[in-house]
Amino acid sequence: MLGIGNPWRGDDAAGLEVARRLREAGLRALEREGEPSTLLDAWEGEREVILVDAVSSGCEPGTVHRLDAAAAPLPAELFAVSTHHLSVADAVELARSLGRLPERLELYGIEGAAFDAGGGMTPAVAEAVEAVAAELRARLSA
Amino acid sequence: MSAERRTLLTEALARVEGEGAMYVRIAGTDVEEVQLRIYEPPRFFEALLRGRAYTEVSDITARICGICPVAYQLSACAAIEDACGAEVTEPIARLRRLIYTGEWIESHGLHVAMLHAPDFLGYDSAIALSRDHPGIVERGLRVKKAGNAIVDLVGGRAIHPVNVRVGGFHRAPTRRELEPLAEQLKVARDEALEAVRWAGALDFPDHEEDYRLVALTQPDEYAIEAGRLASSDGLDLGPAEYEEHFFEEQVPHSNALHSRLRDGGSYLCGPLARYGLSSGKLSPLAREAAADAGLGPVCLNPFQSIVVRSVEILFALDEAIRLIETYDEPDRPAVEVEPRAASGQGWTEAPRGLLYHRYRLAADGTVEEAKIVPPTSQNQLRIEEDLRAVVAANIALGDDALRLRCEQAIRNHDPCISCSTHFLKLEVDRR
Repeated sequence: MLGIGNPWRGDDAAGLEVARRLREAGLRALEREGEPSTLLDAWEGEREVILVDAVSSGCEPGTVHRLDAAAAPLPAELFAVSTHHLSVADAVELARSLGRLPERLELYGIEGAAFDAGGGMTPAVAEAVEAVAAELRARLSA
Repeated sequence: MSAERRTLLTEALARVEGEGAMYVRIAGTDVEEVQLRIYEPPRFFEALLRGRAYTEVSDITARICGICPVAYQLSACAAIEDACGAEVTEPIARLRRLIYTGEWIESHGLHVAMLHAPDFLGYDSAIALSRDHPGIVERGLRVKKAGNAIVDLVGGRAIHPVNVRVGGFHRAPTRRELEPLAEQLKVARDEALEAVRWAGALDFPDHEEDYRLVALTQPDEYAIEAGRLASSDGLDLGPAEYEEHFFEEQVPHSNALHSRLRDGGSYLCGPLARYGLSSGKLSPLAREAAADAGLGPVCLNPFQSIVVRSVEILFALDEAIRLIETYDEPDRPAVEVEPRAASGQGWTEAPRGLLYHRYRLAADGTVEEAKIVPPTSQNQLRIEEDLRAVVAANIALGDDALRLRCEQAIRNHDPCISCSTHFLKLEVDRR
């Protein structure tokens, strides 16, 4: 599992928070900022990868989008306010064109509301972090 | 008869670090207005640092930028050590130079292959480029990975290294740990040499600017982690003199501050400035590769910055290998740094140029005031002047072609809007 985000930008920390919870439960979970080459390196040699990142598509904060990134390009509009230089969708497409996608690549996109520098996570997003962490703990420990 | 007016706007500039906009307004053949707009609420970090301990500063400022955390860490350490009257030992200074070469390779590697190359080959993104030319992108990623390996080994992590502290490092690597790294870097050096040849053979617009170049210089080496400030018009300054000669001002269209020289003029820092002031101090391999790629001792064509960056990658790899081969393990990984009530200034050459920090500390080491001047805010005014010249020289182009050329002119300087604040959006207005 790969959690993506920036700990200093409010709801953008969601993916990192999920990764931390999984690691505390003894599961394999890495944290990255989202720069594409580091994501490609992180999933090199892996067959199945689950990405968790904050997204922004105008839905209710805390909404969890579940997408199969290996099957089709991720919708760019989810990453409209990505604080990354190139978005996670770009990283996935770069990997696809270089033949470096894992066999299975799922994305859990947690809808964020506030991405301001220095802000904390909004309550609905914090709840979604707990829910996604619980779901993934159950899936990955099974 | 009123002149035809055109507006070119790019609301969200692609392939720059962070988000911002470009606005250009043209009346007939006159360039009326050129703006590089940077939006985000500024200077959050300077405020955040007040009240924190002097030992926390390097880790907090590292978070300003995901691309150049080492630059922030080491400029911060230099300023705080200056305030506290501490000086690191030569082996620690060499280790700092080593980790910094890793960051140059990472940052330039990303810019050359992923952000800048598509401009020269007619693609709108690295993804589109990688479909037709996977080899170019793969090579860039492999070279960048060598940089990651340096930062990872010396810094404890490839991004946001945790091993850097005021006074030195938490732990110094052993010679045995470093040796295998040198082998990996030699392979990357061969690829970097190929990349310089490739970059030199790209098609460049014929364009030169009369830059005032500003960069750190050292008597015997290409400046990275320390030096005195030099300029193409003869400045020679220590960090304590910086604010006497340079100042920052607010401009309405941007949240990033604009830096100017005291006489009001603009200047350029970054790869072209470093190269122009110190190309003779590159390693022989890098010097030779630069000459073979068509560069003279000074390069004033901003579109050729991709060649200069490629040369700097080659140099950084060469230098990292040399630093490993001559590595002298420090007796202690850090020197003691005792806090005192004082101010200190420090600077280093971030991948994008001069990065200046100043801190005022209380007697117990609490930060009372912080000032950070990143390279992009120093270059912002100069980038706008480049844009003005590029528009004037290409005014006969249609809007789409002109907008592309303008975006490329911005990317020539690899602006890091995340550092200067964040969020930039390009607009061309022809009336």
